[in-house]
Amino acid sequence: MNILVCVKQVPDTTEIRIDPVTNTLIRAGVPSIVNPFDAYALEMSLRLKEAVGGTVIVLSMGPEQAKNALKECLAIGADKAYLCSDRAFGGSDTLATSYILSRAIKALEAANGTFDVIFCGKQAIDGDTAQVGPEIAEHLHIPQVTYAVETSLCENSIRVKREVEDGFELVSVSCPCLITVTKPKFDPRYPTIRSRMAANRAEIPVLTSADLDIALSYAGLKGSPTKVSKTFTPSLKQGGIRISEETGIGCAKELVRLLTERKII
Amino acid sequence: MIDLTGILTEDQIALRQLIHDFLAKEVVPYAAEWDRDAIFPMETYKKGCEIGLNALELPAEYGGVGLSALDLAIAMEEVCWADAGFGATLGAHGLGMKPLLIAGSEAQRKHFAEIVLDKKGLSAFALTEPNAGSDAGATATTARRVGNEYVINGRKCFCTNAEYADIFTVFATVDKSLGIKGITAFTVDRDTPGLTVGKHEDKMGQRSSVTNDVVFEDMVVSESQRIGDEGKGFKIAMQTLDRGRAGAAASAAGVGRAALEHCVKYAKERCTMGKPIIEHQAVQIMLADMATAVETSRQIGWYVARLIDAGNLKEAAKVGAMSKCYATDALMKTCTDAVQIMGGYGYSKEYPVEKLFRDAKLFQIFEGTNQIQRTVIASALKREY
Repeated sequence: MNILVCVKQVPDTTEIRIDPVTNTLIRAGVPSIVNPFDAYALEMSLRLKEAVGGTVIVLSMGPEQAKNALKECLAIGADKAYLCSDRAFGGSDTLATSYILSRAIKALEAANGTFDVIFCGKQAIDGDTAQVGPEIAEHLHIPQVTYAVETSLCENSIRVKREVEDGFELVSVSCPCLITVTKPKFDPRYPTIRSRMAANRAEIPVLTSADLDIALSYAGLKGSPTKVSKTFTPSLKQGGIRISEETGIGCAKELVRLLTERKII
Repeated sequence: MIDLTGILTEDQIALRQLIHDFLAKEVVPYAAEWDRDAIFPMETYKKGCEIGLNALELPAEYGGVGLSALDLAIAMEEVCWADAGFGATLGAHGLGMKPLLIAGSEAQRKHFAEIVLDKKGLSAFALTEPNAGSDAGATATTARRVGNEYVINGRKCFCTNAEYADIFTVFATVDKSLGIKGITAFTVDRDTPGLTVGKHEDKMGQRSSVTNDVVFEDMVVSESQRIGDEGKGFKIAMQTLDRGRAGAAASAAGVGRAALEHCVKYAKERCTMGKPIIEHQAVQIMLADMATAVETSRQIGWYVARLIDAGNLKEAAKVGAMSKCYATDALMKTCTDAVQIMGGYGYSKEYPVEKLFRDAKLFQIFEGTNQIQRTVIASALKREY
C-alpha cells in the first residue's frame, strides 16, 4: 500500500505566550514539534503499513527548519520524507497551502505511483482550522473521511471508525482517498535513539515551485483569499458559579445573599 | 531546555531531546510514587529498552547505540533530572557492561548483547563486599581454579540492580595473598547454580533502584567466563569506574537542575513581604549559586567525557575524581539550599525537593566516596609534580 502522510511543524503550544503589545505569538525560544494530530496520523499509517505492507512517505510544507519535523517522522518509521519549500509559498492561507500540497502530491505520484491513502491530522494546533486536509482531497478529486480514530484495509477499501459528536461512525471508503485523523486510543510510538540519530543523516529532498506543475497565482499571499484584519487576545472569562440549593426559594435566597455581599444590589 | 545549537552536534541535540521527552512522559509523573513505595519500575525499564536506553554504551557493531562518553554524559543528565533512582539503575547497568567492553572476549560481548537487546536485560556490577568497599584489595570472595573451571565463594553487598539483573560482572580473588593482583573478573548469568540474591536494602534515597546482597556458594563458572586474565580484575574495575566518572558529574547536574527548576518556579510564585521571594536578595543568592553549581558540574562532567573519548585515561582518572567529588558535593549543597528556599514545603514529602535531597546524598557515597576521590587526586598530584 502506497501511503502519504502530510505533517506540519508547529510551535509547542504548551509553552506559548502572547506578546501583549502586538497580540501575536512569541515564537522566539519556543520549541517546534510535529503537530500532534499529524503524529497520530503517522502512527495510524505505520500501523496500516505493518498490517498490509507498503511504504509511508511524509510531506511537509514550510521553511528549511521544517526538516526537523520530517526527521522526527523518519525516526519513527516513515520511509521517505519530502519538504515543499519556496519563498513563493510564504504567507499561504489554508486554500493556497492545500493547493500547493496537492500539486506536490501530484509530483510525488508521478515518481512513486498513486497514493492509496493520504493521511492528515484533523487540524494543526497553531491555526486550528481543520481545513487543509479536506481541501487537499477536493483539489485531488478524491473522497475524504474526517476525524478517523481507527483504520483497516478491507479488500480494496479502507474501513474507518470516525468520531462524531455523540459516538462513532463506521464508514468504508474506496482508494485512493484522504483521511484526517483525530486523537485515537493509542499514542505515537517513540523513535529509538539509533533511528533518531540515523534520521539526522537522511536526505530530505526539497520540492520548489520549479519542481511542481503549479500556477503561482494560487500560491503564497496572492493566492490566499484569507486576510487577517486584526489579531487580539480574547479576555479570559472567569468561571461562573453554580447555585444548587435544594429548592427554588433556597437558590433565590442564596443568589440575593451573594449579590448583596458583593454590593451589587 | 537550553538551546545548545552549535555547541552540541545535531545528534547530541536529538539524543538529549528524545531522552528528555521519553523521561518527562514515562518517568517524571511516577517518580514520587516509586520513591515512596520503593518500586523498581520494570515496565518503564522495558519501555526504555525499546528506545535503546539499556544499550547506550553497547557499540553499534553489537547492535547497541554506541554512544561516546560525552553523549552518555548528556543522556545521563536527562535521566537523573527525571529520577536519580532510574539513573542509578542505568548507571549500574553501564558498570556491569563496561568490563566486557574493556577486556571481554568476542563471545562474552555477543552473549551480553543478546541479553541486553533480545531480552531487554539488566546487568549488575558486583565488586563491593561487607569488608571491602573503597579498599577493593581486601576482596574476600574467592575463585578457586579447578581444571578449566573456577569455584566462586563469597558475599557481595550494595549491588545495584542485583534483584532483577540477568547477568553479573563479579570480582573475586584467585589468591588472597596477592592482594589486588589476585583479583579477577567474571561474567556470570543469573541462573548459574550457587548464585543467590539476598537482602534488599531499604535506602534513604534513589529508592526506585534496587540494591542487594549477592551470595556465591560453590558457584562454578568456566574459564571462558573470565574477563581478561587472572589478576587483572582490579585494573578492569578501576578502568570501569574511571570511565563511569563523567556520568557521576553529569548525573549530579541533572538532579541539581531538577532542584533548581522546582525552586525558581516556587520562588516566582511564593510571596512574602508583598513580593515574590525571588525578588529577595537572600533567595537570589542561593538560586544563583545553585544554577552555577549545576552548570559547572555539567561542564566538568563533559570535560572528563572528552578526556575519555580522546583516550587520555590518565588525565580522565584524575579529573574524573575531581568531577565526582566536586559535582556531588555541589549537588548536596544545591539540594540543601533547595529545601531551605522552599522552607516548610521543602521539608514536606508532598513537595519534590525533599526526595532530591535524599537522592543527592548517595552520590557522595557510591562509586568511591568523595573522601577516596580526594586521595586519588592527591596521589595524582604527587606523581605529577
